Amino acid sequence: MGEETVSHKELQAIYVMWLRQMKRFVRAKSRVVSTIVEPLFFLFILGFGFNIATFPGMEGSYLYFLSPGIIAMAILFSSMFTGVSVLWDRQFGFLQEVLVAPISRLSIVIGRTLGGATVALFQGSLILVIALALGLPIVNVGNIILTVVIMVELSFTAVGFGLIIASKMQDFEGFMSIMNLILMPLLFLSSAFFPISESLPVWLRTLSFANPLFYMIDGIRGSLTGMNNVLDPLVDLAIITFLCVTVMGLGSYLFNKSEA
Amino acid sequence: MDIIATDALTKTFDGFTAVDHISFSVQKGEIFGFLGPNGAGKTTTIKMLTTLLTPTSGSATIAAYNIKTQRANVRENIGVVFQEPALETELTGRENLDFHARMYGLSKDQRLQRIEQVLTLVDLMDKKDVCVKFYSGGMKRRLEIARGLMHSPTVLFLDEPTLGLDAQTRRAIWEYIKHLNREEHTTIFLTTHYMDEADYLCDRIGIIDHGKILVIDTVDTLKKTVGNDVITLTCSDVQRFQQRLAAEPWITNVKQHTSSLTFGVESGEEKIPVIFDIARATNVTISSVNVRRPTLDDVFLSYTGRSMREPDAEKTTSAAKKTRRLFRWGKKQ
Repeated sequence: MGEETVSHKELQAIYVMWLRQMKRFVRAKSRVVSTIVEPLFFLFILGFGFNIATFPGMEGSYLYFLSPGIIAMAILFSSMFTGVSVLWDRQFGFLQEVLVAPISRLSIVIGRTLGGATVALFQGSLILVIALALGLPIVNVGNIILTVVIMVELSFTAVGFGLIIASKMQDFEGFMSIMNLILMPLLFLSSAFFPISESLPVWLRTLSFANPLFYMIDGIRGSLTGMNNVLDPLVDLAIITFLCVTVMGLGSYLFNKSEA
Repeated sequence: MDIIATDALTKTFDGFTAVDHISFSVQKGEIFGFLGPNGAGKTTTIKMLTTLLTPTSGSATIAAYNIKTQRANVRENIGVVFQEPALETELTGRENLDFHARMYGLSKDQRLQRIEQVLTLVDLMDKKDVCVKFYSGGMKRRLEIARGLMHSPTVLFLDEPTLGLDAQTRRAIWEYIKHLNREEHTTIFLTTHYMDEADYLCDRIGIIDHGKILVIDTVDTLKKTVGNDVITLTCSDVQRFQQRLAAEPWITNVKQHTSSLTFGVESGEEKIPVIFDIARATNVTISSVNVRRPTLDDVFLSYTGRSMREPDAEKTTSAAKKTRRLFRWGKKQ
């Protein structure tokens, strides 16, 4: 009985943390517009701009190659934003209100992650639907489930990564420069924009294979279109699951510690 | 019954001792205040008592639960109104309260009932569906007090509840605090650097400076220690006159400042002619004199040797406090 009421309380706390982020997302109209429009710019401008270009060993059109990368990019940006929004809460004092509540820190992290993941998945799915409308070929409908699982794990990993940065960062300025410093190379080396093929310099390929985002995008590409992927999507999934658990664990650990 | 009891509670930040072995207790139903200048260690004490900071040494109990080992129980028994607003500005007043109620595990019926009760208590019923970002400073503060009360805590912590508010709003907030202490029987622990606030609200106060408690007593007793009336006078040769006055048994607490003296006496109006006679006899010229009832500022002055209103002290301590907050939260001011 006691156990039950305790876990019910934690669930309610997780729910309300999630609910708060949904309300925030819906009400911050400029954020809704910019986070949806930005990846669409990439999809349309890069997609149609490079559509006549061919890369050695690339199957299908460039737009179809690019779409999985842009889906991942939308999820990555949105989730990392959630992770580091802990900084905002700290700045505006709201974090204290959350931390004095009789709720375990783990529930706070879970609620926040679920909230961030929901928003990110909504944005990723929107790009997916648009890509499908543009004629993106898919392996089969069942495989989309695998794609969604990878999208969820990508989102959790990015929230965890954001939490790690947030618990180490002092202020927004530092955060912005770190974001640019880390995200840009991660994206460019992730195979989001061009295939990581044999013809590339070895150092560049090595860096790509060391890039966690590479496996996420390769997994989405493989499970969704079945074209241009380097590894079997299930192998990607295994690697991503490992990364996800590690990063989330480290993120919650640091979040716990930074507030003690 | 002691609702709050601390035992040599101490917090140091990088070698700087913000709170230095403080021990005190607060009884059920009491309004207890910590009075001290900025940077005295008031907020640090509240953060330790509310489990946001871990004490370096010493311990404390809230409603008999240990703040180090029974954090969850402590958190269930406390409501906190922080010094800086801690509201989600994108949500409405009602939604902020609902968020809080769910975090504290209130049932749906309890939530609906308490939200209405506390909003009525702080006169915010008509603004409940307005986004908090459109609230004035006073409304935000009232909403935070209402939120602190949502889960009917045993003790409510108020950290500088009227900081930066205008005179009218302060007055209104004082009334709410008094009211909820009476109506909801909530024990209240507040910190302030306003003398009048401590004077008006608190049953007992502790004067805190440089992380140490100098004295704890009822407001009346503290005022009596400086005399029934306080006389301030400006004169020539301050030092000689001070020595002369200190020799009189009916004069207490003679304190010397740059060009003035303050001291406590019984029935001050009658004593002024006597003091002028002494001055004439010792060849001291008095240029101005003032008699008034003692305030907590006099109490503070008599225990710390300096006024809380000294602007220099204010500036340096608040800068020190900012630095400390940087350490604590790692945030940019």
